[in-house]
Amino acid sequence: MTTRARWVEVVSAGLGQPSSTRLLADRLTAAVDRHLRDAGVDATIEVVELRDHAQDLTNHLLTGFPSPKLQAAIDAVLAADGLIAVSPIFSASFSGLFKLFFDVVERDGLTGMPTLIAATGGTARHSLALEHALRPLFAYLNAATVATAVFAAAEDWGSAGIASEGSLVQRIERSAAELASAMATRESRHAPDPFADPVPFEHLLKSQDRG
Amino acid sequence: MQFGVFSVGDITPDPNTGRAVSEAERIRIMVTVALKAEEVGLDVFAAGEHHNPPFVPSSPTTLLGFIAAQTQQLLLSTATTLITTNDPVKIAEDYAMLQHLADGRVDLMMGRGNTGPVYPWFGQDIRNGIPLAYEHYALLHRLWREDVVDWEGKLRTPLTGFTSVPRPLDGVPPFVWHGSIRSPEIAEQAAYYGDGFFHNNIFWPADHVKRMVALYRRRWEHYGHGPADQAIVGLGGHVFMRKNSQDAVREFRPYFDHAPVYGGGMSLEDYMAQTPMTIGSPQQVIDRTLGFREFVGDYQRQLFIADHGGLPLKTVLEQMDILGGEVVPVLRREFAALKPVHVPEAPVHPRVVAARAEREGATADATSHVASAPSGVPA
Repeated sequence: MTTRARWVEVVSAGLGQPSSTRLLADRLTAAVDRHLRDAGVDATIEVVELRDHAQDLTNHLLTGFPSPKLQAAIDAVLAADGLIAVSPIFSASFSGLFKLFFDVVERDGLTGMPTLIAATGGTARHSLALEHALRPLFAYLNAATVATAVFAAAEDWGSAGIASEGSLVQRIERSAAELASAMATRESRHAPDPFADPVPFEHLLKSQDRG
Repeated sequence: MQFGVFSVGDITPDPNTGRAVSEAERIRIMVTVALKAEEVGLDVFAAGEHHNPPFVPSSPTTLLGFIAAQTQQLLLSTATTLITTNDPVKIAEDYAMLQHLADGRVDLMMGRGNTGPVYPWFGQDIRNGIPLAYEHYALLHRLWREDVVDWEGKLRTPLTGFTSVPRPLDGVPPFVWHGSIRSPEIAEQAAYYGDGFFHNNIFWPADHVKRMVALYRRRWEHYGHGPADQAIVGLGGHVFMRKNSQDAVREFRPYFDHAPVYGGGMSLEDYMAQTPMTIGSPQQVIDRTLGFREFVGDYQRQLFIADHGGLPLKTVLEQMDILGGEVVPVLRREFAALKPVHVPEAPVHPRVVAARAEREGATADATSHVASAPSGVPA
């Protein structure tokens, strides 16, 4: 079996340093990496800490363009073959910082992107925010979100680190396997570059007739 | 190379005094700025078009016609004409009329407009932004080139046997620029027709501007209008100058911090570092502006935003004195020295008419057969 290369981008919206959101992101990342390697896929994984881009994100909203540093982070996400998106749950939803980032990513940029969603919170009572907030967000962005979303409550970090039924470790494994499988069965994503491959004007006019 | 100013016609309170001018004053300021542009030797004045407060210029041809009557040399343009929500038939008529009254001193810059509600207010849908720009312009292009037009599209009522009057002056349609900050589809459109492409440069980093202009140039060549370096490119710019750059920064900062398009976000310093905005000495403006050709190539038009963000008229006029007196003469000389001879100037009416006469003379002299008028569009 030939080894193929895939790119995984991790977006973590944790605020503390260290943050439990980043801790969860790292656990997910390690598991996805292991599952990809088992499937003969060589993975390159990179993490975007949104905390580092907080001011640039606000500036982008106000001035309409990203700083070079933020542009690089957006480009990395758009060019990835798979996405792990992790947010703390604040006031019954993803954090504002998390949403800011996905507000400035191009509308169609995540179409078909295999995506694992995960979140952290004080108690498991917030876990459905993954299903009523994060999953619809990525559905809107046309991402291919895997079935298992992972929530880590504070108490999960104090439970046994074994893959018993319903444990955090087991949920991480299941979700990571799903993402690795979704990535391994797809061709590497190729986002068309409208500057490198412009659509000829005649086609643009014609597609209008059909529209 | 053409140098000029554009005005979006915003009413913004002066952050230093809290005072906002009246609509009547603001309209007079736009006229004063235009007359000043001619007085200080600039080539172009371009007026914005808006249909919502805090802007005043909803009726550009009225404004430009009034200015045309009081100027002799100034080229009148738009920044921008809303090709999406205006009826292309009315654009064809209004600007042909203006072209006659201004003795051909007219061109236009097409834009889509960025205020969502303007579309429904004019019976359109913002989701059709690009299709409207394409269809409306395709019709406008024909209305200025064919005496009788039969037309059917999807977004406007059909026409049978329609003649847009007056016909363009001397049969030469006003030159058109297509302006877009971020849509490659518009660069493609400009290239297809062999029209000009304008990037309002002031809001975006140079890398992006470079990419947009490079696409336009490459596609211009693809569509057979000539080598890429002969495509017609215009750029926007935002400058504020004082003899000492620190004075310029100190005086301009409150206007930057409170300007609706800039304020509340990054610092003036970061903004200057990331975009072509230049607040400093005249020499800094000269150096920065000359640098634009390094990322877009030799280009034909440089416009600067003149009056905006509540700057007092007195300050605006001082800025235009510096621009016309110290900056543009140097830029003209330096750009001209750098520009290869085969790179053309932007088309202006008298030159287009003269070139046509020359071609027709040559054709009449020749014994020959061919009289293929260049239509500007590939067959």
